[in-house]
Amino acid sequence: MDFATHFLAMGGYARYVWPAYGLAVLVLGGMGLWAWRQYRRQQRQWAAEAQMRPRRRQ
Amino acid sequence: MHRFANPARFMRLSERLLPWCAALAALTLAVGLWGALFTAPPDYQQGEAVRIMFVHVPAAWMASFTYFLMAVASAVALIWRHPLADIAAQSAAPLGAGFTLLCLVTGSLWGEPMWGTWWVWDARLTSVLVLFFLYVGYIALVNAFDDPTRGARAGAVLALVGIVNLPIIKFSVDWWNTLHQPASVFRLGGPTIDSSMLWPLLTMAVGFMFYFAAVLMVRMRTAILNARLRAARLGEADALNAAAMGSFS
Repeated sequence: MDFATHFLAMGGYARYVWPAYGLAVLVLGGMGLWAWRQYRRQQRQWAAEAQMRPRRRQ
Repeated sequence: MHRFANPARFMRLSERLLPWCAALAALTLAVGLWGALFTAPPDYQQGEAVRIMFVHVPAAWMASFTYFLMAVASAVALIWRHPLADIAAQSAAPLGAGFTLLCLVTGSLWGEPMWGTWWVWDARLTSVLVLFFLYVGYIALVNAFDDPTRGARAGAVLALVGIVNLPIIKFSVDWWNTLHQPASVFRLGGPTIDSSMLWPLLTMAVGFMFYFAAVLMVRMRTAILNARLRAARLGEADALNAAAMGSFS
């Protein structure tokens, strides 16, 4: 517990250090999540339209 | 190089590389974070505030690297008209903007306790802000045209013109007076950072790089799927048109 409070206090710089790390998680996580969701949507769209598309003659 | 620049080949290759990149990113970021937050000592002058460096510096490196990649891809797109190059440049741009934003805000959070100010209009900070606007301008320009090919060409020209900003960013701390410290890792004579801080910094940088590679691949795959979908729709429309024309003749 003592270690945790000491660690979180960051030697008095907590209000600068933690927002920096928080923003890093937000920005990196955000770009990954956004890219992945667009990718899945595109895949679903492709699959949905592939079903409707008449099969090409060979 | 051209062998890998084929969209079908890229789809096969990226499908195999993607899980590896993502796993390596998770591993290196976890190890890097552990080093950054636990094993690296507090700085003798900056105290614990120095830990901001471990996200600020990798973000700054990635901001410049992503722009360099975007400019090279734009040159390839303009010279060889390669479709994958346009896709790479456009997929990278928002990621570069994200890294630049992260660099600017973490720099501000570091500047306030260490310099006593959130922001100064000196050469380093201003040139990185210009980099952010170049990313935003590129994204806006690419999407400002009804014809995507014209948008891509206009964006590629802007990306190439904007590359003059990269050496300005790199050498701004040597050419002008600034609050920002000069280079301490990539400099002649080797790094001046102690290894207890250097290894977490480099590990975080490698983690950022793998993560960027993974997200870039996901975005490029999305763009290729989108292009295929549009081509398939056009193909159907053409077939319907041809059928309709046939019934009149």
